[in-house]
Amino acid sequence: MRRYLLWRLAQAAGVLWAAYTLAFLLLDLLPGDPVAAMAGAGLNSTQVTPERLAELRAEYGFDRPLPVRYAASLGDALRGDFGTSVATGRPVADTLADALPPTLQLTAVALPLAVLGGGALALAATFTRHRKLRNLLLSLPSVGISLPAFWVGLMLIQVLSFRVPLFPAFGNDTAAGLVLPAVTLAVPAAVLVAQVLSRSLLEVLDEPYVGTARAKGAGRARVWFRHALRNASLPALTVVGVLAGQLTANAVVVENVFSRNGLGRITTDAVTVQDIPVVQGVVVFGALVFVLINLLVDLAYPLLDRRIVTSVRRSPA
Amino acid sequence: MTEALTTDPSAGAGLRRPGEPAGRAAPRRDGRRLLRFWLRRPGLVLALLVLAAVLLAAFWPGLFTDRDPLRGAPAEILRPPGARHWFGTDELGRDLYARVVHGAALSLKATVLAVAVAFLMGSGLGLVAGFAGGWVETVLMRLVDVLLAVPGLFLSLAVVTALGRGTVQVALAVGVAGVAGFARVMRAEVLRVRHTAYVEAARLSGARWYAVLGRHVLPNALGPVLVLATLDLGTAVLAVSSLSFLGFGAPPPAPEWGALIAGGRDYLADAWWVSTLTGLTVAVLVLAVHRVSRALDGEGTGRR
Repeated sequence: MRRYLLWRLAQAAGVLWAAYTLAFLLLDLLPGDPVAAMAGAGLNSTQVTPERLAELRAEYGFDRPLPVRYAASLGDALRGDFGTSVATGRPVADTLADALPPTLQLTAVALPLAVLGGGALALAATFTRHRKLRNLLLSLPSVGISLPAFWVGLMLIQVLSFRVPLFPAFGNDTAAGLVLPAVTLAVPAAVLVAQVLSRSLLEVLDEPYVGTARAKGAGRARVWFRHALRNASLPALTVVGVLAGQLTANAVVVENVFSRNGLGRITTDAVTVQDIPVVQGVVVFGALVFVLINLLVDLAYPLLDRRIVTSVRRSPA
Repeated sequence: MTEALTTDPSAGAGLRRPGEPAGRAAPRRDGRRLLRFWLRRPGLVLALLVLAAVLLAAFWPGLFTDRDPLRGAPAEILRPPGARHWFGTDELGRDLYARVVHGAALSLKATVLAVAVAFLMGSGLGLVAGFAGGWVETVLMRLVDVLLAVPGLFLSLAVVTALGRGTVQVALAVGVAGVAGFARVMRAEVLRVRHTAYVEAARLSGARWYAVLGRHVLPNALGPVLVLATLDLGTAVLAVSSLSFLGFGAPPPAPEWGALIAGGRDYLADAWWVSTLTGLTVAVLVLAVHRVSRALDGEGTGRR
């Protein structure tokens, strides 16, 4: 088990390093002069003298060759220093740390909503004997996946805060203000949960042991909840990593819709003024979330299903 | 073709049915069956009609409206939908229907470009990885794993940061985010085809590697990748409109769909139609794309 753990940790670190490199190269090699963009954004003027540009280049180290810069920035990143924001002059790590709590709060509310909503949908769709209802419920996810998340948010605002003033439309001050963004964020995630869970439920319900349980006289509710759901939720666990990435990314858009503070505001602001260090930090953060969640899922697997430890402990892919 | 198409009307679109016969040689005269196939799937017919309408609007917007999407009438500011203005008017008195129709060209261009980038780069990577094998495959697929580890939107935003805003930039950004998916599917398919008897036979009979690749492997590996491309079309519409909603698409007067929806958010309280109807258009298009791609996946060929 310890060797497995070390192996997975090394793998996670490798992915993070590669993501950092990818972000660095992407932002560095693509056309467009970062220094000119920075100067234009930071000083808020159209005229920047060539001397000033050269000065800025030296200040941010852009006059050095690429490999040197890469090595230096990677070394800094390993010590937790992700550079300073060009627009605000604050360290990127601090900027991200400040933006994180509201976003974390939002996703923490949205995740259980998504799991419960998607799970309930999958259960209802497989449980019902009514054929039309079942088809309707099974087709709901494909409708949900077609709706732009930001549009869903705007519709919720329109109906539930302007038509019927139940919830505030904007801001992060109150707990009630969290309801609409969380629901908006939960919709696409619930779709994913419902799709995966209903598929694996349908598979599991065909298994012989379900037949045995029913033959022994277990009621439908008991078969579904005690026998089928347990085994069906294991495959659903694999999408948790995807779910986390999706929630983080969608949070950026949803926060923008509801004018909330958080990772979303930081990110869109940084992209608008081409604040490269911050964007790089956000990309690496996204990879970090994905890697951490997948690590946790992989470690949780053997606890939930004891057969896994012996069978696929060192699958490389 | 029709035989495979007509075997299974409702059950599990999108599920694989490996045992199904490929049924290619069904006779053409069987027109009634074909008719029944379409009649049983009103949703699919509707989806194809929607796609056709959007395509027409993208290339010949004049077919749908003769109004100028950019010129506003001060006397007709924020008019609700009606006979004169089907989708109502916006805050400058511009006809929203005309703007949505003309926006189709921009949004569709970005979407198609995005899918093309993802398709070419992704399947190129997957093809090389699957066909070359060895360390080339390891390196390329590790790269793809990294692309998968970063949420697509963040990748797109990084590309937009580097390239600046605009329709083409957004399209490239969305395309980059889609590369990993194509690479994986293509590689899996190439691996599957590479070990079939006919590829071995072609090799043994002395065909050059590029002939094997181009004539035998590629055509047989392409099907699922094309299905993914149609599915990705829907995803790309959403991603492009998200980025455009965030304000990274074409600059203001251009009627990109995402930007139109964003423009309506200030008037949600008293002009519901601006955001609602535009967003509904996007949703209907994506639904149609998903329906068609599901048909291609589950019902079109018996192969998947």
